[in-house]
Amino acid sequence: MGRLKREFPYHLMILPGVLFVLLYSYVPMAGLVIAFQNFVPVLGFSKSSWAGFDNFVYIYHLPSVGQVLWNTLFIAVMKIAAGLLVPIAVALLLNELRLVAFKRTVQTLIYLPHFLSWVILAGILSDVLSLDGIVNRLVTAFGGEPIYFLGDSRIFPFTLVASDVWKEFGFATIVYLAALTGIDPSLYEAARIDGANRWRQTLYVTLPGIVPIIILMATLSLGNVLNAGFDQVFNLYNPSVYSTGDIIDTMIYRVGLQQSQFSVSTALGLFKSFVSFALISISYILAYRFANYRIF
Amino acid sequence: MKRPFALGGTLFRTANHLFLVLLSLACVLPIVHVLAVSLSAQTAVSAGEVLFRPVDFTVQSFDFVVHKPEFFVAMSVTLKRVALGLSLNMLLTMLVAYPLSKRVGQFKLRTGYAWFFVATMLFHGGLIPTFLTVKYTGIMDSVWSLVLPGAVPVFNVVLLLNFFRNLPHALEEAAIVDGAGVWTCLWRIYVPLSLPALATISLFTVVGHWNAWFDGLIYMNSLNHYPLSSYLQTVIIQQDLSRSAVTQDEIELYMNVSAKTIKSAQTFVGMLPILLVYPFLQRYFVKGIVMGSVKE
Repeated sequence: MGRLKREFPYHLMILPGVLFVLLYSYVPMAGLVIAFQNFVPVLGFSKSSWAGFDNFVYIYHLPSVGQVLWNTLFIAVMKIAAGLLVPIAVALLLNELRLVAFKRTVQTLIYLPHFLSWVILAGILSDVLSLDGIVNRLVTAFGGEPIYFLGDSRIFPFTLVASDVWKEFGFATIVYLAALTGIDPSLYEAARIDGANRWRQTLYVTLPGIVPIIILMATLSLGNVLNAGFDQVFNLYNPSVYSTGDIIDTMIYRVGLQQSQFSVSTALGLFKSFVSFALISISYILAYRFANYRIF
Repeated sequence: MKRPFALGGTLFRTANHLFLVLLSLACVLPIVHVLAVSLSAQTAVSAGEVLFRPVDFTVQSFDFVVHKPEFFVAMSVTLKRVALGLSLNMLLTMLVAYPLSKRVGQFKLRTGYAWFFVATMLFHGGLIPTFLTVKYTGIMDSVWSLVLPGAVPVFNVVLLLNFFRNLPHALEEAAIVDGAGVWTCLWRIYVPLSLPALATISLFTVVGHWNAWFDGLIYMNSLNHYPLSSYLQTVIIQQDLSRSAVTQDEIELYMNVSAKTIKSAQTFVGMLPILLVYPFLQRYFVKGIVMGSVKE
């Protein structure tokens, strides 16, 4: 009784947050039932007829769904790999700098794209990457043929990966730089006394020092295997690159909000949420096991 | 710390500096190019003369952009959204994070509540169910649809609760002995002690609301209710000419603009506030970035 009275203010304090989350996060979760219905908005959840797994069967037989799933996996996995390797490499290079002002300046400049939305960046990229844009001027200056980065379906996925790395690598280096400053300087001293040069010091002191954080980031990125990046694709793609650039999330949007097939779109979304949930859970469990990582 | 370089070190150092300078330029020059285009006369732009410096300097494109009535309407929606969103997000973040930062001994249900919130980061209702929930709660087409669904930023809650936990318990214990209640402890001890963390989270919240474009696109029925990012998405990406085309009267007023210079000016206006505040966002918690590596 005493405990309840003592803890009552905490319950009261957290109540508004609980209500908002209940309404706008848990009610939509319950709303996933429409994936198993032939949902008609005027009839609502309760009066729409049940469809069992018909919507899932329908999606399974859609001609484009296999390609979309493949595109999603291909783009997402390439982004995960490049998004891990590039920031590590850049962090190691930044770590070699001795002039603090120079290091700061570089860091500040490479963070910049992270904070801009894909609407703005797509506006910039559609100009810079166009056939007569500055990137193609550079390509032709070196004797190459102009590349249609945003209109050629063979190149588009790589444009997505490269521009995503361009946006995020600077911000992602922060984690590794923080880990690098945590390495005990006496280890370098010992390595030098043993005759290790800079390269060997990097190989045997620096890299092992950041391996735990690399493992952690790699593990957590497992949850992104179906996240090919809706904001980016939606703002950069066009019908001529649908064959390689269309991903699950953009398909959910088109089927759901443009074609108003609410139940089909929700079924596709449920499939994605379900797989993502499994992957994120596994990644958190692995991160907890191997890196002792906890969310809270 | 000075470390002696082996032979070839100078070569490596020069190459490294050069590479990092190029990398920084790759992040900044596209933005400089857009600014240069927006400040150039359209004849110079279409002749391909503009690289990173304005040619035939003019501010007509900006003049054109900000004198569109739609621009002002969209800007006012965004300002309203940022103000409402920031206050609600920060208030709820503090009110949720504080009870969750207590130990189980102090607040028995804290772990249960914590999972209640964290679960929403792992699993979502998805696009259509969330859309329908917004619709059925009657906030469609109002600024509330941009603010209420994300009222509790769980990610920031987790950041702040970890921050609260690392503050010395002795302060609160002393205050409780002096008769302070739970609310007093939050407002008079925890909030003042975490001002730097709160300031950082606030800036991220502002950037997030400024950048958000998708919710405006799907929840607003009339274009006059679009926030700036959604408005820019329609004019820059979808190139909805009905909203940005130069009318007959304007042709005489704006001789130096073209679709491209206007688009560049719009892009630049959209990122200007972020260019101004982002250097202050570097002091971010590394933990936050690790957590943010899972996008959903």
